Amino acid sequence: MNCKGAEILINSLKKQGVDTIFGYPGGVVLPIYDVLYDSDVRHILTRHEQGAAHAADGYARATGKTGVCIATSGPGATNLVTGIATANMDSIPVVFFTGQVASHLIGRDAFQEADITGITLPITKHNYLVERTEDVERVVKEAFYIARTNRPGPVVVDLPKDIMDKFIDYTPDDSEAYIQSYRVMKGFNAGQVINAAELIKQAQRPVIYAGGGVIISDAAEELRELAEKRKIPVTTTLMGMGAFPGNNYLSLGMLGMHGTRYANYAVSESDLLIAVGVRFDDRVTGKIEAFAPHAKIIHIDIDAAEIGKNVAVDIPIVGQVKEVLHAINQRLEVVEEMSEWHQAIDRWKLEYPLRYPASIEGRIMPQHVIESIYDLTQGDAIITTEVGQHQMWTAQYYKFKNPRSFITSGGLGTMGYGFPAAIGAKIACPDKTVIDIAGDGSIQMNIQELGTAMQYKVPVIVCILNNQYLGMVRQWQGLFYKGRYSNTDISLQPDFVKVAEAYGAVGLRVTETDQVKDALREAMKVDDRPVFIDFVVEREADVFPMVAPGEPLLNMMGGDE
Amino acid sequence: MKHTLAVTVDNQPGVLTRVATMFRRRGFNIDSLTVGATENPSISRMTIVVQGDDQIIEQVTKQLYKLVNVIKIVDVTHERTVERELVLIKVKADTSVRTEVMQIVEIFRARIVDIGKNNLIIEVTGDSGKIDAIEEALRPFGIAELVRTGKIAMLRGCRG
Repeated sequence: MNCKGAEILINSLKKQGVDTIFGYPGGVVLPIYDVLYDSDVRHILTRHEQGAAHAADGYARATGKTGVCIATSGPGATNLVTGIATANMDSIPVVFFTGQVASHLIGRDAFQEADITGITLPITKHNYLVERTEDVERVVKEAFYIARTNRPGPVVVDLPKDIMDKFIDYTPDDSEAYIQSYRVMKGFNAGQVINAAELIKQAQRPVIYAGGGVIISDAAEELRELAEKRKIPVTTTLMGMGAFPGNNYLSLGMLGMHGTRYANYAVSESDLLIAVGVRFDDRVTGKIEAFAPHAKIIHIDIDAAEIGKNVAVDIPIVGQVKEVLHAINQRLEVVEEMSEWHQAIDRWKLEYPLRYPASIEGRIMPQHVIESIYDLTQGDAIITTEVGQHQMWTAQYYKFKNPRSFITSGGLGTMGYGFPAAIGAKIACPDKTVIDIAGDGSIQMNIQELGTAMQYKVPVIVCILNNQYLGMVRQWQGLFYKGRYSNTDISLQPDFVKVAEAYGAVGLRVTETDQVKDALREAMKVDDRPVFIDFVVEREADVFPMVAPGEPLLNMMGGDE
Repeated sequence: MKHTLAVTVDNQPGVLTRVATMFRRRGFNIDSLTVGATENPSISRMTIVVQGDDQIIEQVTKQLYKLVNVIKIVDVTHERTVERELVLIKVKADTSVRTEVMQIVEIFRARIVDIGKNNLIIEVTGDSGKIDAIEEALRPFGIAELVRTGKIAMLRGCRG
C-alpha cells in the first residue's frame, strides 16, 4: 500500500484506540491536519496549545486512557511545555505529537524551529525525534506503550514535515511494541508481602497514607478492603483524593501542609505507616526528619526509584499497587475493633474538625461555596481545580467518593490547568457533571478556552471564587512577609459574567450566601454551553489549618477555634 | 566514595544527553564518563565514575534504570575487574633530560609515540593509580599538555 507518513500516523493512532485528539494546527503539521480532515478521529481545536495539552491530560485522568495532543513546531511545541511538565509530575499518560521543520532544515535555526526533544528531555518519560517515515508506526506503538505502562507519564514524538509528507510502501504491522531496554514490571517480592502483613497484624496505631498511585493502579477497591478489614484509618494526598471515600468513617481526609489536624496527628502518632502509591512529597511530610517519627513504614510503589528517595522505609514493595494490596489482603483476617486508636482519632476529629469563620459582614465564605457544590453533587461530579487557595479548600471540603473524580495539578501546581482539563474530562465523560473550581487569578490564565467549550458545546461549570487577590500568595505574604501584599492585588479585573456572555456562554454572579445553591442549580441545568459563576467572596479568607514549609506536621497553625 | 558503574545502553543518538541530563537534574556528580561501541552494534557501553554514599548510588542506579534507553547497570566498584585508562602526556624534554624521561617511560611500561625538538608525547595505559604515579614522576620536567580518556572497566571471569 502506498501511504504517506501522516496517513500512517493517523492509522497508527486508530490502532491504539484513539478517538479524540486535542490540538492546534500550524505550518509543519499541515500534512497531518490534511489527513485529519476526512478521518473519523475527532479533533478538538483549542484556543491555545497549552489548553490542548491540559485538555488531553484531563481526558486521560478522567478515563485512565492515554490522552493525545498535537501542536506545530517552535512556539506551538514550546506552548505545550507547561502541560507536559504538569502531566509528568502527576504521572499522567499523554502522547504529545509536535511538528518539526523538515529534516534538512533541522539545526539551521529555521522558521519556527525549536529543539523540543532537547527541551522536554527532563520533563517527559521518554521522547522521540522520528527520522524515517518507515519508523512512524513503530514509534507510535512504543510511545503509547511507554506512556501507559509501569509508572505512566508523557511521551513526546517530534515529527519533521518531510517525514509526514513522504510516501512509502506500507504494510501495517500489528505486532505488540517491543523495546529491548524497557520491560513492563510484573510480580513483586512475596517475602516482603508476608513481612508487611505481619507488621499490620502487630500494629496498634496503623495509618494508611494513600496517593495517586492507588488511582492509577485502579486499586481503590483493594485499598478499601485493607482499611475495612483491619479498621485502619486512611489519609490521602492531594493526588489520592477519591482513592478512598471521603465520607467513610475511616477517612481522615488529606494530610500535609493543608491537611486536617486529625490526619497529621494520626500520622505523627502512628506506629505503622502503610504508604501506598505515594512519593513522600515535601508538601505531605513537612520537616522530613520529624515525619511519622514513631512509625515503621511499608512503602508500596511501582517505581523503584521512589523507594528510599526521600525517606528510609522498613518494608519496600515494588509492584503494581493493585496486585500487592490484593496479596496483602489475602494474608489478613478481619478484626472487629481498634478501639483505643479509634478513640484517640475520634477525639481529635471532635476537637479539631475542619472549620472556618462564619460569614464576615454578610460576605460569602469561599469554603461555603465548596460545601454547597458537595451538597448538590454528593461526590458524583468530576471536580477540577486551578491552583491556590480554592484548590486546597476543595481538597478539604469536598468529600470525594470515586477515583478519577478529582482532577488537579498536584505536583507542578499549574495555574490555568483546571478549565481546559475540565473540558477534556467533560468530552471524555459527557454524562458526568464537570465543575472547575477556580480562583479569579487562575481562570485568567486560560480563559480563552471558553471558545473551545462553545465550539464543541461542552457544558462545564466554572465556579470562580473571586477574592480579587492571588489568594494563596497573599496568604503567605500575610503570614511570612509582614502583610506586605506585593503584587497580589488583582482587583482590576474583567467582568467575568460579561466575558462569558461575550463568548455566548452563560454568566452568573453571586454576591449573597443564600443565592449560592440556586446559582449552582441553575448552572447544572445548562446542557449546551459552559457556565461561569462569579462568586464574590470574602477577600481575606485563609486556608487553615496549615503547616509552615519545613516545619514538622505537628506544628499546625489555625483551624483550632 | 567513588563508584564505578558499567552501564549498557541503546546505541542511539541522544542517549548520552539523556544520561547526562539525568545526572544534572538530580544533582549527582559525574567524576568521569566514557562511552563507546561494544561487540553488538546496537548497544553502547558507558563507564561512569560517580561520587556518593550507598544511598546516592542506589538512587543513581534506579534513576538510570528509569531511562528507557538504559539496558543494564552493574556497580563494579567492589567486583574483581580490569580497569584501564589511557593518557597522552606531552612532556618538555630536550636532549639533556631525554634519557631520564625515557627511563621513567620504561619503568611504567609506557610508550613514546612522538618526538619533537623539545618535547615527547608519551602514551600510558593502566589503572588510575599508575597514571597518577607517572604523571607525578614526569611533572618535574614540565608537562606541556595532558589528556585522559576516563576509566573503562570490565568484570573478570564470566559474570556481567
